[in-house]
Amino acid sequence: MITIDAAGMHYKELNRLIREGIEKGIRKFFLENVNGQYYIGDGIKGDDVVININGIPGNDLGAFMDGPTLIANNNVQDNVGNTMNAGKILIKGDAGDVVGYGMRGGKIYILGNAGYRVGIHMKGYNEQLPIIIIGGKVGSFFAEYMAGGIIVLLGLNDSDEFDSEYFASGMHGGTIYLRKKIDFSKYSKDVELYEADENDMNFLKKYLIDYTDSFNISSEEITAKPFYKIVPSSARPYAHLYTSA
Amino acid sequence: MTKSSFSNIQSEYLALIDHNKCVRCKRCIQNCGWGTYSFGGDKILADHSKCVACGRCYTYCPEGAISIVKNPTVLRENANWKEGLIKNIWRQSETGGIVISGMGTTFKYKKYFDHILLDACQVTNPSIDPLREPMELRTYLGKKPSKLDIDFDETGEPILKSKMPPQIELQTPFVFGAMSYGSISLNAQKAMALAARALGIVMNTGEGGLHDDLVPFGKNIIVQVASGRFGVHRDYLNSGVAVEIKIGQGAKPGIGGHLPGEKIGADISRTRMIPVGTDAISPAPHHDIYSIEDLRQLIYAVKEATDYEKPVSVKVAAVHNIAAIVSGIVRAGADIVYIDGYTGGTGAAPNIIKDHVGIPIELALAQVDERLREEGIRNEASIIAAGSIRSSADAVKAIALGADAVAIGTAALVVMGCHVCGKCNTGNCSWGITTQRPELVRRLDPEVYGERLYNLISAWSHEIQEVLGAMGVNSIESLRGSKERLRGVELTDAELNALGIKHAGL
Amino acid sequence: MFRIKNKFNAERDISGCGLCGIINAKKVKTNGGDIKRAISVEHDRGNGLGGGFAVYGNYPDYAELYAFHIMYDNLPAKADVEEYLKNNFIIEKEEPIPTFRTSKIYDHPYLHRYFIKPKSDRPDKLFHELGDDDFVVNSVMLINQNYDGAYVFSSGKNMGAFKGVGYPEDIADFYKLEEIEGYMWTAHNRFPTNTPGWWGGAHPFTLLDWSIVHNGEISSYGINKRYLEMYKYNLALRTDTEVITYILDLLIRKHKLPVRLALTVLASPFYQKIDKMDDDKKELFTALRQIYGSALLNGPFAIVFGYSNGMVAMNDRIKLRPLVAAAMGDFTYVASEEAAIRAVCPSPDIVWSPKAGEPVIVEFEEKNIPQKGGLISL
Ligand code: SF4
Ligand code: SF4
Repeated sequence: MITIDAAGMHYKELNRLIREGIEKGIRKFFLENVNGQYYIGDGIKGDDVVININGIPGNDLGAFMDGPTLIANNNVQDNVGNTMNAGKILIKGDAGDVVGYGMRGGKIYILGNAGYRVGIHMKGYNEQLPIIIIGGKVGSFFAEYMAGGIIVLLGLNDSDEFDSEYFASGMHGGTIYLRKKIDFSKYSKDVELYEADENDMNFLKKYLIDYTDSFNISSEEITAKPFYKIVPSSARPYAHLYTSA
Repeated sequence: MTKSSFSNIQSEYLALIDHNKCVRCKRCIQNCGWGTYSFGGDKILADHSKCVACGRCYTYCPEGAISIVKNPTVLRENANWKEGLIKNIWRQSETGGIVISGMGTTFKYKKYFDHILLDACQVTNPSIDPLREPMELRTYLGKKPSKLDIDFDETGEPILKSKMPPQIELQTPFVFGAMSYGSISLNAQKAMALAARALGIVMNTGEGGLHDDLVPFGKNIIVQVASGRFGVHRDYLNSGVAVEIKIGQGAKPGIGGHLPGEKIGADISRTRMIPVGTDAISPAPHHDIYSIEDLRQLIYAVKEATDYEKPVSVKVAAVHNIAAIVSGIVRAGADIVYIDGYTGGTGAAPNIIKDHVGIPIELALAQVDERLREEGIRNEASIIAAGSIRSSADAVKAIALGADAVAIGTAALVVMGCHVCGKCNTGNCSWGITTQRPELVRRLDPEVYGERLYNLISAWSHEIQEVLGAMGVNSIESLRGSKERLRGVELTDAELNALGIKHAGL
Repeated sequence: MFRIKNKFNAERDISGCGLCGIINAKKVKTNGGDIKRAISVEHDRGNGLGGGFAVYGNYPDYAELYAFHIMYDNLPAKADVEEYLKNNFIIEKEEPIPTFRTSKIYDHPYLHRYFIKPKSDRPDKLFHELGDDDFVVNSVMLINQNYDGAYVFSSGKNMGAFKGVGYPEDIADFYKLEEIEGYMWTAHNRFPTNTPGWWGGAHPFTLLDWSIVHNGEISSYGINKRYLEMYKYNLALRTDTEVITYILDLLIRKHKLPVRLALTVLASPFYQKIDKMDDDKKELFTALRQIYGSALLNGPFAIVFGYSNGMVAMNDRIKLRPLVAAAMGDFTYVASEEAAIRAVCPSPDIVWSPKAGEPVIVEFEEKNIPQKGGLISL
């Protein structure tokens, strides 16, 4: 275990300390007074590595990460979990724009809200199943060209406001679960909406419980409501658009 | 059999039939509008002199037994005395007539669109995904005030103070260019009307009046008033979304039109409101417009007759002094100016005009846009560019050079099967397009070709969206007039100057 | 060698960047320390080729005078400009802009400021009836275009821009911003991409009391520029910031649109949204787009716009550039990154991400009398 006071520290220095620590066999990191340092957890490996972050980590938190767990105790900025391969990112506050871009595996759990373009081009591959669960609400272009994996939108705090637009535009793989039914006219024509059935719920439950356990909140309220599920109408929504010269 | 014994002019094409493949179904005889084929008792005969390479016969031959080839019998090559010139001398010496033809010029002038390249984003600004993100092509044609006039309602919210001048709303910046009933068939017009309605754009009646069958398509029609005033009356003016005053046409600036009396059957007679069998002559000028103030008078006469509810468009050919002319037209009160470049099509026009008069639309457009901006009146009218827009790339370039929308004429006919043979003037079009012969017109199914037109404009619109996305903008208005996104290749300084663009690499 | 004017053969000057703004709605002043700390967190968003600040409320003793900040390449240029100023303005005070030599900013132009007002009997009066603001704008454009080696980079009242080539935290030290107090600050960290940095090209761009800092590249620059040229604006600097400033000038001062509506022009709603509005609104927004389509800023941007009544921050209509806002008491903060705000306000009352194209507008509670008249005379 190591505690690093990141106050005034450049990200290069901070991330070097983390990488060196991991090499030396340290498994638990506590980062204090983080404010804006980019790339925390970028490209690191080690399933048992846990990095606890106090303060506001900068952009690209957990980019290319391959195994470790990052716990952000406050808000985070843009591009969390960019092209992440494995591991877990827990965010106790809100997340910025473009969460989980091109994410291929691992989990991102957000207790609060997330910004624009959450889960953009997230994709599953073989056994890898990337998962994003958002507690609050999201901005526009949610799940834009989503290609695989699971996104769960809980809409806790009963924020009725769901004014994100261009919902699931270009989605052609994966599944979105919603705890609230929303005006279907807001969706792109690329997707279909169903009520989640028992199979879905059984599948979903283990992730929801993992989520609630991670944040120490009660799972009852969350799993009580019926869920809705959104799936793409086609894996090739644009096939008809082209003609060969 | 050829007419060679009577004329110096050899057949331009040979219609060759593979008699081994031919099953004597006689479809070719039926299909050819020019009577090239006949049945010789045991096999099909072809009169090569009649063939115009319209492509109908081989398209419909079930056995693929027909090939149309260029007549290999050559004139001695001479870069100065080109074949066409020699043949025209023979034609004219044999008949004493003016050489006429249909479609646009066949001369090989420089095509400026082909020397303009488009920009795209790399790193410093992102491209935008046109399929997943909104990408707006909606276009409004009409006069725009220079500033927004607002008031505030009781709650302090801003509201519009004065109503906007009337606008044509287009879902994509294309219109079908004016082609009259008479010059083309009613079925061809119907195909365009069906497509225009489905696409949320407009077609144009041309100067031949509005056939009853098209009346229900009023929301997608511009009605035209030309010098012949065929079919023009109060209801006609009010039956479309806009009125276009036709001054000129790119293929024949300064030239009128002439639909021969034999083509004026009952239906055309009713639509044009002239007696059956009389020639329909469009004078070269409007005889109430001898000067720019007269144009103003006609524009306002139309506006009065339509209660100022329809934008008034003025169509002119791109000629040398086009910038000043359009400036005058805008100041005369036109809401839309339609500029037709010299490669534009026609039903019939003298070759000397078609091949030698006017200027390219690219240069005209760039100069007009610049001039209107310099004068601070670019907002006073929208500009439609025409004159052989051959692809969505031409459309994009035209819009970046300053057009609000582009017009499609020849391309729309190509959709209907036109092979650009240029013989529209004969009235024998095998495709049922530029003909009034019922047996030929019947074969052009408006629904089938309406759908194909819809497909083409949809595809071109998607292509424009791809280009916009690559340029990092999500609305057509950010491309319009944005010459900064264009570069020239293989152009002289004078040409670049006239276009108002930089050479590639700069 | 430093450069104060854009002499590079590029059609336009584009850059990436970071930005911040701090405003106190009750006009409580703070010194430049906070804004410096905030923008320095965004250090990596720039490349050391441009940093700058705008401050409002810093010249209370000369609040009625135009405060000209001018950079000079050489002393003859200074003499020429001063000749012009003397002929046309009453100069109440002039002095070098206080600077502090740091090892980071070693090469800089000569920086001088003048507190002035146009003479009522200036020669120009023989030909025009320009208001003072218009005359000041004309003078600024005249100097910037025709006086080689001189560049006016600030011309408002009771406000000033402080900028140059360097990282913003170094520029702040250079201008000793910690000794300056104001009730509104904006800051910019620049990453120019197609010209070397030049002093005049750093942000903020200002004109009278307007100041703009901006992040992103406007993909519609070409048509925005041609649109403004139709209204006789001269786009000498060829920067996006200049375009944005002039569009706002045209819309707010000349066309008298309310600030919020003017901002809607820059990031107009999509037709898809407009079509669903109630009739009055739909008519208004459709007209807005029909009339001002060429003024739409297309492409990624976030801007912070300061004016005498307050501050506006907003981003483009599909949110391609980041923007975070926070409030604490009477203070409102905006920045490209939340960390920049947290550096000076660790626990704000609220933190939020403004939606695409929806401006954050903070106006001072006690308003100044709005300035009248158009800026540019035709
Ligand atoms: S259409 Fe073809 S197969 Fe039929 S008669 Fe003509 S050449 Fe023969
Ligand atoms: S429309 Fe004219 S050019 Fe086209 S095929 Fe018919 S006759 Fe030939």
